[in-house]
Amino acid sequence: MSAQKKFVKFFSQYAVVIIFVMITVAAIPPSGLSIKYILQEIITRLGRNSFLVLALLLPIYAGMGLNFGMTLGAMAGQVGLIFAVNFGISNWHGLLFALLVGLPISVFLGWICGLVMNRAKGREMVTGYILAFFINGIYQFFVMYMLGSVIPMGNRAIVLSRGYGIRNTLNLESVRQSLDNILVLRVGGYAVPVVTFIIIALLCIFIVWFKKTKLGQDMRAVGQDMVVAEAAGIPVEKTRIIAIIISTVLACAGQIIFLQNMGNLATYNAHDQTGFFAVAAILVGGASVTHASIANVFIGVTLLHSMFVVSPLAGQKLFGSAMIGEYFRQFIGYGVIALSLVLYAWRTRKAAADARLGLRGGTNGSTKVSAVKNGANGAAGNGGQA
Amino acid sequence: MRNLKTFIEDFGWPRIIIFFFLIFLFIMAPFVRVRLDASISDVLNRFGQNAIMVLAMVPMIQSGCGLNFGLALGIVSGLLGATLSLQFQLHGILGFLGAIALAAPFALVLGWFYAKLLNKVKGEEMTIAMYVGFSFIMFMCIMWLILPYNNPTMVWGYAGKGLRTTITVEGYWLKILNNFLAIRIGQFFVFPTGLLLFVGLFAFLMWLFLRSKTGTAMTAVGSNPDFARASGVDVDKMRTISIIISTFLGAVGIIVYEQSFGFIQLYTAPSPMVFPAVAAILIGGASINKASMVNVLVGTILFQGLLTMTPSVINSLLQTDMSEVIRIIVSNGMILYALTRKIKVSK
Repeated sequence: MSAQKKFVKFFSQYAVVIIFVMITVAAIPPSGLSIKYILQEIITRLGRNSFLVLALLLPIYAGMGLNFGMTLGAMAGQVGLIFAVNFGISNWHGLLFALLVGLPISVFLGWICGLVMNRAKGREMVTGYILAFFINGIYQFFVMYMLGSVIPMGNRAIVLSRGYGIRNTLNLESVRQSLDNILVLRVGGYAVPVVTFIIIALLCIFIVWFKKTKLGQDMRAVGQDMVVAEAAGIPVEKTRIIAIIISTVLACAGQIIFLQNMGNLATYNAHDQTGFFAVAAILVGGASVTHASIANVFIGVTLLHSMFVVSPLAGQKLFGSAMIGEYFRQFIGYGVIALSLVLYAWRTRKAAADARLGLRGGTNGSTKVSAVKNGANGAAGNGGQA
Repeated sequence: MRNLKTFIEDFGWPRIIIFFFLIFLFIMAPFVRVRLDASISDVLNRFGQNAIMVLAMVPMIQSGCGLNFGLALGIVSGLLGATLSLQFQLHGILGFLGAIALAAPFALVLGWFYAKLLNKVKGEEMTIAMYVGFSFIMFMCIMWLILPYNNPTMVWGYAGKGLRTTITVEGYWLKILNNFLAIRIGQFFVFPTGLLLFVGLFAFLMWLFLRSKTGTAMTAVGSNPDFARASGVDVDKMRTISIIISTFLGAVGIIVYEQSFGFIQLYTAPSPMVFPAVAAILIGGASINKASMVNVLVGTILFQGLLTMTPSVINSLLQTDMSEVIRIIVSNGMILYALTRKIKVSK
């Protein structure tokens, strides 16, 4: 492969990361924020968001793309937290209780999500996205009308004045940062929430271990080619459902970690942006629809959130309006997702076209053969994944 | 009996349930003191407001590009046209037609780029279209703030720049179509003749177009791209045409909506406009690769009827506002149903 071709391939693979680093670095000086402040923010946000983003990994391995349906898990986590506050269970016990309540709900929702996605193979992403909206309707119905009327709520302070339905904003005072504050390590002026990071590390170990198990291997086989996997005796549909269930459960736990750090819960729209931020983060970190690694998660959260920290202030300084910075960061977030999906689809088509050309027996056969291999390796043609 | 069974299967249970639910709402209306004539008038009005945006779904579905989740591009073109027409102080019918004329070039250019993009990502159109739409809306949010508009009715009073989030079209072209030949019966019932005629005109043009040579070729591309290519149809060109038409109709649709609604809504307002249009055509019986004028007509009436009737009737019945929740569940449930349905091989 020629140097130029290598460069083009490298660029198309990491275009999103490169563009992102450039924008963020350019925005730091005009924002006027100190590096120390930005670093502390990144540490906090790594603890807050990494778990949620890690939840996206398994469905990617199983070839189901970016799991926009993870919002389902987030909603389950929120229901858990509402009950924890209702029963007045404080501190990390409250979080554990929330997780116990959220667990069965997220398993159930994950199972539904898996069933639905099995009926929409090849359209998993858009289906998951719409499913999240649909379940959002049911969540609203449950929280706004069922809680306090059909299901009695002991704590009247969290119920709307009309007698049923949960208030728009739920104060999570009792469990606020209870996980982060179990053990805070102060290094050189930075506060590091140790326990949160230990939990995130444990999840990383779990994912690495899981990939080596029989189920994990099956999942990757399904992700490579469903027909071949089916022929090899792997229960494709079941494996896909399991991947989604695990992802949903992780999203449930992730949302609880996220919210305990935030300290309050916007009952009816806290989950609106969960999928969007998580997906944007993993893509910014260099993942694609078919390939992702744990490194992508951490690079992505760091990059995305350093931009989120600096952009409103940079917008304020550069254009005299904080709103411009706010819109800009959303523009970039959506733009990154669009760009990654486009690059991915474009590469898939190119790999397929190269493969076709190779079969016809073009002039320089050697590169064509490698293209065929790449095409088979994983549609993106960038095989060799850690 | 078998006929009935296949009919139900073709039409789909969700649509039948929605249909009977709507009938039920209309029957219940008088009992909870909701005026039937005012309700029907509302439904007609909202049908006219939204029908062209629903119509915009047809060409892309027919050419195999799927549901146009990127309709926002068309809507934003329409917003550009509408704001420019106000900026140039165009009044009355001239203002309305001017808005469409000014929106057209934006719609054509954006549609063309959008088509270029979608042709490169065949098979992944829907997800990508959605995010292209979202990011473009966000980009335009920045633009609305910094573009040099200066009509005092449109910009923020204290800063003198940056467009307002909602701009009234009163005094320009408010209800220009609605009031054209409108028939008023009694105190509550108005038949928006002009609006419905305008919608009818566009639906008729679309019907004609789908039967023209280009339209047939487009449908062929949607039904079987390989077959179409083999018979000498330029697949990419047909898709491009369908996407540009869809974007243009999105622009016209939002302008028609605004003249009836009375306000131009900017910034993030276009994003929640897309899903109802998608849901409506699906409720009307379209699938993600087949759509007709009947689907547009039936779907818009059913969906808008539901949106009009649930707040008034259900609220009076249950003494609580559940309309928002019902809207979310019905519209997304419908899209979900269409996405998960096995694509039928056309006979």
